[in-house]
Amino acid sequence: MAAFIARRVLYMLVTLFAISVMTFIIIQLPPGDFVTSMVAQLNLQGTTVDAGAMAVMRERYGLDDPMYVQYWKWMSGILLRGDFGYSLEWRRPVADLLWNRLGLTFVLALCSLLFIWAVSLPIGIYTAVRRNTVGDYVATFFGVIGLAIPNFLFALVLMYVAFRYFGAGIGGLFSPEYETAPWSLGKVADLLMHLIIPTIVLGLHGTAALIRLLRANLLDELNKPYVVTARAYGLSERRLLLKYPVRIALNPFVSTVGWVLPTLVSGATITAVVLNLPMTGPLLLQALISQDMYLAGSFIMMLSALTVIGTLLSDLLLAWLDPRIRYT
Amino acid sequence: MSTTSETPVLSVRGLKTHFHLREGLIKAVDGVDLDVRRGKTLCVVGESGSGKSMMARSVLQIVTPPGRVVDGSMMFSRDGGGSVDIAALDPTGKEIRAIRGRDIAMIFQEPMNSLSPVHTVGDQLVEKILLHHKIGTKAAIERTVEALDRVGIPDPRRRLAAYPFELSGGMRQRVMIAMALACRPAMLIADEPTTALDVTTQANILELMRTLQDETGMAVMFITHDLGVVAEIADEVAVMYLGQVVERGSVEDIFYEPQHPYTLALLASIPKLGARHSTGKRLTAIEGMVPHPLNRPTGCPFNTRCPEAVAGLCDRADPALKELRPNHFGACHLRDPQHIKSRNPVEAGV
Repeated sequence: MAAFIARRVLYMLVTLFAISVMTFIIIQLPPGDFVTSMVAQLNLQGTTVDAGAMAVMRERYGLDDPMYVQYWKWMSGILLRGDFGYSLEWRRPVADLLWNRLGLTFVLALCSLLFIWAVSLPIGIYTAVRRNTVGDYVATFFGVIGLAIPNFLFALVLMYVAFRYFGAGIGGLFSPEYETAPWSLGKVADLLMHLIIPTIVLGLHGTAALIRLLRANLLDELNKPYVVTARAYGLSERRLLLKYPVRIALNPFVSTVGWVLPTLVSGATITAVVLNLPMTGPLLLQALISQDMYLAGSFIMMLSALTVIGTLLSDLLLAWLDPRIRYT
Repeated sequence: MSTTSETPVLSVRGLKTHFHLREGLIKAVDGVDLDVRRGKTLCVVGESGSGKSMMARSVLQIVTPPGRVVDGSMMFSRDGGGSVDIAALDPTGKEIRAIRGRDIAMIFQEPMNSLSPVHTVGDQLVEKILLHHKIGTKAAIERTVEALDRVGIPDPRRRLAAYPFELSGGMRQRVMIAMALACRPAMLIADEPTTALDVTTQANILELMRTLQDETGMAVMFITHDLGVVAEIADEVAVMYLGQVVERGSVEDIFYEPQHPYTLALLASIPKLGARHSTGKRLTAIEGMVPHPLNRPTGCPFNTRCPEAVAGLCDRADPALKELRPNHFGACHLRDPQHIKSRNPVEAGV
């Protein structure tokens, strides 16, 4: 097991390095360098920049150095000082913008993952065990609807329902009275209330997909000889179901850990806009449109890195769950 | 002692297991009579699709839906007295679950898949012992080690932590036998336990089963299509065809005095070493195919392939299982003592 983990971590480091190189290339892609773009922007606003200030800036970011030195300066800044560069558009260090958004995206990913698991496990088992019954058909019907509805549309519907029938505040993360208040129990409760709708909306697709996946997997396992054996030795139906076939059909549950984050980032942009959530999606889109390359690059790198880590996590969980993977 | 050895451990009468499918009714088991006695081995033989496995599963009521036991009785008699009709029990109820594994244990054809691939051997064995006996985990582990040791698994204590995929096919079947014996059942059902194993391993497993049977005195119902295995281990034999027992008797009766045309045909189709050389004959096979279960012939199930079939008799009425000679039963119109008497009174009288 230790060798397995070590090997996977090693692969991960290689992948992370490749990601950082890709990101660096993306940042360098727009014509001209960072300082020329900044000067051009300032000129547009009628400010002139003197050559001395420009030279200082170029020196600071190492823009006259060869490529690998530039890469090293950028990378060591991130690793040693947490300096991701400077956002032209926001006139702030990228790190400030990054952590806020990333934190919330991460929390939402976690919430929707838990939601997906909690809902799809019982329904998936039910539809497999009671296949081709009314209950199965109803669950399948809603599952297909869940797959077909665009998230943002579902978000609008839920917001309407929440506002119309529960009088709940809509959108954003906090009610107005807590927006600027210091952290307190009330504020945390308010945050959790506001997280419910995003969690459901963002988890909908995953839930529907996982129900189908679990149902198919479980149907394969239900008639395997080891299930018959367990039954022939007097285990009750419920106990043998949960201990043997469900346990083996559980693999897709663990694999979802790896893909929840990237789906949230690339797929949830419109939803985040509709729900007015300070997630990474809208900011990344904005940064790409305005060619705010340090911001865009940093986002892409962090999200890729988190995805790689998520994949590692799901691989390790899978190995823990299924000994056959561990030994091969 | 004498009374218990005379009442069969399991006495099956008129057992019917049917599958109601959209395409029609499949009579997988259609009226089976047989007895399994203490310390004895009953071999159930028949071609693929003869319903022998379904019959075995019916005894534990583990037929997968939509199949279910629809008729008949299965009287199971415990050693200390008291008997229960398994056919009358609810397939998911508590009573049948208490019998499974504890009173009647079963081992299966595929040792590769009969154990869960993601649980250790120890986990799966201990679980079954704890299910049926009120003992602590430690005692259950000791009992597991003892059972593994008894079936000849080297270093049993270390094997507790092994996963099934780390064991060979023969070892896995030994683990299955250990699991079956751990609860000291009165009867063991073995559903083609050696079919998936190579010949040497097969011989070892058969030897092991016989030794354990001698030690424990349990009754064994052994399902197989291999007549060589039958000759080696059986005390009694039941021949099945299309869900029915067509002939039943002691192993000597079946091999030396076979009565039913199907049994005769089965025995004739055993390849003999050097047979072709000496007689110039090819291997005899039974004419035709086993009829499709949805298209059962009327009358005797075997009449479509029977070389002796008499038109107007065999394709009309289904023959009942009758005692042809003491403890030797057959279901054939042409062997029925009454039929022989009516057709040829002089010969029958001699």
